[in-house]
Amino acid sequence: MKLRSAIYLASAALSLALLTLASTLPSDAADKVDPVADAKAFKKFFTDKFPKVKLEDFVNGPYSMNEDLYRQWQEKEQFPPYEFSLEMGKEMFSKPFKNGKTYADCFENGGIGVRQNYPYFDAKEGKVITLELALNRCREANGEAPYSYVRDEMAALTAYMAFTSRGKPMDIKIPDDPRALAAYEAGKEYFYTRRGQLNFSCATCHVQSPGERIRAEILAPALGIVNAMPIYRSEWSGMGTTSRRFTTCNSQIRGVPLSPQDDEYRNVEYYLSYVSNGLPISGPGARP
Amino acid sequence: MASTIRVRATSSGETTEVQALIQHPMDSGFVKDSKGEIIPAHFIQQLTFEYDGKNVFAADWGGGISKDPYVKFTFKGGKKGDELKISWVDNKGATDTTTAKIQ
Amino acid sequence: MSDVEFSATRRLILQGAGAVALIGLGNLPFGLTPALAAANDKYPEDAFKQKSDADVIKTLYGKTAEPSDKVKLDAPEIAENGAVVPISVSTTLADVTSIAFLVSENPNVLIAKYNIPAGTMPAVANRIKMAKTSNVTVLVEAGGKLYSANKEVKVTVGGCGG
Repeated sequence: MKLRSAIYLASAALSLALLTLASTLPSDAADKVDPVADAKAFKKFFTDKFPKVKLEDFVNGPYSMNEDLYRQWQEKEQFPPYEFSLEMGKEMFSKPFKNGKTYADCFENGGIGVRQNYPYFDAKEGKVITLELALNRCREANGEAPYSYVRDEMAALTAYMAFTSRGKPMDIKIPDDPRALAAYEAGKEYFYTRRGQLNFSCATCHVQSPGERIRAEILAPALGIVNAMPIYRSEWSGMGTTSRRFTTCNSQIRGVPLSPQDDEYRNVEYYLSYVSNGLPISGPGARP
Repeated sequence: MASTIRVRATSSGETTEVQALIQHPMDSGFVKDSKGEIIPAHFIQQLTFEYDGKNVFAADWGGGISKDPYVKFTFKGGKKGDELKISWVDNKGATDTTTAKIQ
Repeated sequence: MSDVEFSATRRLILQGAGAVALIGLGNLPFGLTPALAAANDKYPEDAFKQKSDADVIKTLYGKTAEPSDKVKLDAPEIAENGAVVPISVSTTLADVTSIAFLVSENPNVLIAKYNIPAGTMPAVANRIKMAKTSNVTVLVEAGGKLYSANKEVKVTVGGCGG
């Protein structure tokens, strides 16, 4: 009897709370996917949290949040450590495949200055296509073996493509297609879902705590984080792709990383890139 | 194979600022690999910059210089279009040499 | 960055080729070109093996260093990563002949020694490795005397792995 009344009371309280909540929210906000409103709120969150940081400077990650770091970065940028990767990428990009074609044949505008359009939603396939994926598909279509998504060759190619697009505002489109909206929403959900033994979401570090130290490192803001990819990390003593960034993030929170370019990663890149629309491409980047 | 040496030399009229970045592992001999084995020391020991047949800067390096080393210095003189010659030698006897035009 | 170019290919002369080239150069050490050898005399092998500031100074210069406010050492408060710590120095001292960088807590203390011929400015920037938080010392040899400046650089992520 006691238990029953307790349950009754609790559920009554809950429905009352829900009613109150519902009456304070616009009626359809709870189930409507609204990327435009998301992106606006996302930017506002960061500019409110860091009023001194200019919107376009968020692409410089932890360097935009700490003066001492910023000075070290400026010094490194005089002759940046990604220089060799960039050159390798330029060389690879122009070298023809065995069939005589090149990467340029796979991309609009010959692949120059187009980084800001990736990832995009492919209507035929009904899925998100990232730049890394498009590069490997280009290789396979021309009879070449795909590259590892986390190694130097892929980093070099994307470094070069980013470099030719520097300064161009990220320009991700979500077409009027329920599947595209679903991919965006799935990416957003992945971004905010806690996982791993540490029970962290992407947002725990990169929305809640940018500018703060996690152990020895200063966390980068999620806003503009993809605009700087790929990155040379001093910690890695080398280059890393977006795929490498996602998989290592998952390992660091003691989770099991997905395979690079799994649908979930493609969706989360779609989400993260969309909410960073308008911020300049700054890749390749250098990071601690 | 491209040169391991990248150089930017810029003349301001009176002086020339030189920056160089060299592709080299600079293994100190104190770091272990993922199997716990020491990575043998492998680093550039000497680096020189010559202009007009004369030495303008010389470095003696140990394994404490960062991977893909960087150095910057400035010397008096140096004309746009003139060449700068850069050479290095490492502890295993490997060397590389390149020339760069002053901009 | 616009000057990223793919200049004429330079061959990396590996050990074997270097040894062959050596025959033509007589008894020069390490197969150095004459200019390289003449400029540097000899690589100070012993100095690079020393484990303390004092031993490095003794081995390299054989005299003591005196702190000078004319030596300006520029180093970060906290290194973003011990693997790549940008450090630079400049000085208003006259007749500078060499500049050396020391990291007290590294396994080998001497990082670099730069020989400054007449006509080259007494200023240099480089990127160094630091195993842990340490004093960084710069030595400037000027007019036959030795001057120094130092600064503590905090290292949270060490640059020596292992």
